[in-house]
Amino acid sequence: MSIKMSRFFSLVISFTVVFSYAFPISAAGEKVLIAPTGFEAFDTPSDDGKSVSLRWTASPSASIDTEYVVFMSENKDGPFVTEALRINSLTMYEDNTHSRSHYAEVDPEKILSKESGRKNNKKEKAKHFFKLVITSGSSAMATKQIVSAFPEGDWFNWKKLNNFVLMVSFVALLLFFLNHAKKSPNLFIRKISGLDAIDEALGRATEMGKPALFVHGLNGMGSISTIAAVNILGRIAYRIAEYDTTLKVSNIDPIVMSVSQEVVKESYLEAGRPDAYVEDNIFLAASEQFPYVAAVSGIMVREKPATNFFMGYFYAESLILAETGANTGAIQIAATDSYTQLPFFITTCDYTLIGEELYAASAYLSREPLLLGSLRAQDVGKGVLIAALVIGTMLVTCGVGFVKYLFMAG
Amino acid sequence: MIKKNRDIYIIFSIFILFFIVNIVYLSLGWLDLWGNGLGIITGAAFTLAMYSFLYKDNPVFKIAENLFVGVAMGYWIVITWFNILKPDVFETLIVPIFKDTGKAPQFTILFPTLLGIFMLLRFSKKLAWLSRWSFAFIVGLGAGITIPNFIHAFILKQLTFDSLFSTSIPVSINNFLVLLGVVSVLIYFFFSVEHKGVVGGVSVIGVWFLMIAFGASFGYTVMARMSLLIGRIQFLIRDWLGLLQ
Repeated sequence: MSIKMSRFFSLVISFTVVFSYAFPISAAGEKVLIAPTGFEAFDTPSDDGKSVSLRWTASPSASIDTEYVVFMSENKDGPFVTEALRINSLTMYEDNTHSRSHYAEVDPEKILSKESGRKNNKKEKAKHFFKLVITSGSSAMATKQIVSAFPEGDWFNWKKLNNFVLMVSFVALLLFFLNHAKKSPNLFIRKISGLDAIDEALGRATEMGKPALFVHGLNGMGSISTIAAVNILGRIAYRIAEYDTTLKVSNIDPIVMSVSQEVVKESYLEAGRPDAYVEDNIFLAASEQFPYVAAVSGIMVREKPATNFFMGYFYAESLILAETGANTGAIQIAATDSYTQLPFFITTCDYTLIGEELYAASAYLSREPLLLGSLRAQDVGKGVLIAALVIGTMLVTCGVGFVKYLFMAG
Repeated sequence: MIKKNRDIYIIFSIFILFFIVNIVYLSLGWLDLWGNGLGIITGAAFTLAMYSFLYKDNPVFKIAENLFVGVAMGYWIVITWFNILKPDVFETLIVPIFKDTGKAPQFTILFPTLLGIFMLLRFSKKLAWLSRWSFAFIVGLGAGITIPNFIHAFILKQLTFDSLFSTSIPVSINNFLVLLGVVSVLIYFFFSVEHKGVVGGVSVIGVWFLMIAFGASFGYTVMARMSLLIGRIQFLIRDWLGLLQ
């Protein structure tokens, strides 16, 4: 018993000694704080001129119950009463400094306008002064130096240089393959079952004397998937015009509707059947997500199209639409790059084009040399990415770390 | 004909039942018509009307569907006026031209306003071609904004290299699987190479990765849909019928 007690007390004493060494306590019972050093403020590089960056070395007295507070003023002599930043002292470490330095970006104009409730309409920007304080409960310790910075806008965001280089390289690759495709137009493209089935589906609609329904996704014309969907619509409309079947196109976005009208009209003209084009068949079903579902489901049940195409970017409506279409017995072909909705299309549609197959579809259907050339350029781009991924991982595994920063997203 | 009559009887019976339930609840004071009772009854009626589609297409569903579409369109028009046209065009461009508001008219808004008007010119056969300028602007702007973001989110963010080996064996296995998954799925999306031999084998692994990911996503989303269904049923039996407290 006595041995156990003495072990316990010795443990408590040693713990107290270690703890008091790690966290100095003043005579009044308050923690003794050591001010952080190396406090600096500077204009944030590669920004739009709104923010100021702050950096300082971590204080030895930083702990879970201490905070860093940065006060701001428009005058060097203060008063420093406006809080620009308040963080726990164990957070916001600068990357790759192994928790030795803190880094934060603040927007002085926003802080000042929030503080005074006014909007600063002044065109000229002022210099801002900052003071760093470490606090714990009621005790506080401020750094001696007052630092200042003047936020300025930059013409270039150098953090995105790799993005730019990738884009330029890809454009060069694209131009090369477009040129190559002009010289040798029969570029190989592998079989995509979903696209081969389009003819079969349209043939079925023709035989049954029922319409084909093309359902656009929810995104507007700014979305790449919508642009791809409109391209496919053009090819489908061309075949429809040849087969003399009815094509109905439901839209949720008026701009997509207008573009679709133009594209379908062009396709009918190209097929030599401008008389068969009916503008009202490309219609705005609804302007909101679930009303759109209700309207399109109603059309499927009442008109019973022989073929349904779901193309573009879909959200929660995908399963309701595809399930309703499946119940009507239509052949269904879906194409989307919305990976959360792909499982629903895979389970309810006859054919589903996954992700990039949607982008490849217009090249596949038209076999136009220029589109095939762009597809080849995409494949080469993917090959380069795979090589970068494998080589980069191998290098990092072997301890060569600089490659980590080559493709860092800015 | 018999089947059609049966459908009419079913719909009529449900309608009468719904009417009786609400009359009883209102007369007993369990629902306050002028408080939130009217909203709850309307909500319950439309919930049941939409669910009636599960039986088959019927006139009640058609009414709810058309109302839903109409209300959404009306709401959208009001939102467009109050959130876009009024603050961005009417109050900043048109009003300051005719009235001294202390603010100069923002003539820079003329350009987007004109593009918007061009879209409406589709109604005129002679001037419909002008709408193509607006479409070209929208598609070009959309692609221009999307492509850099696409490179950022779908290429650069994926190109963050990590060491294959870690101090923990599960983490090492995970790193290897992530690398294998990304590479094999990318190879599946190669279109200019026949999927035969080594490429075919790797792309099959890619398909496996895709299907496992889709399965997980399917289960996750179905659970979320279940919670939506539970929410609606809770509304019916708690807020409307008061059977659940």
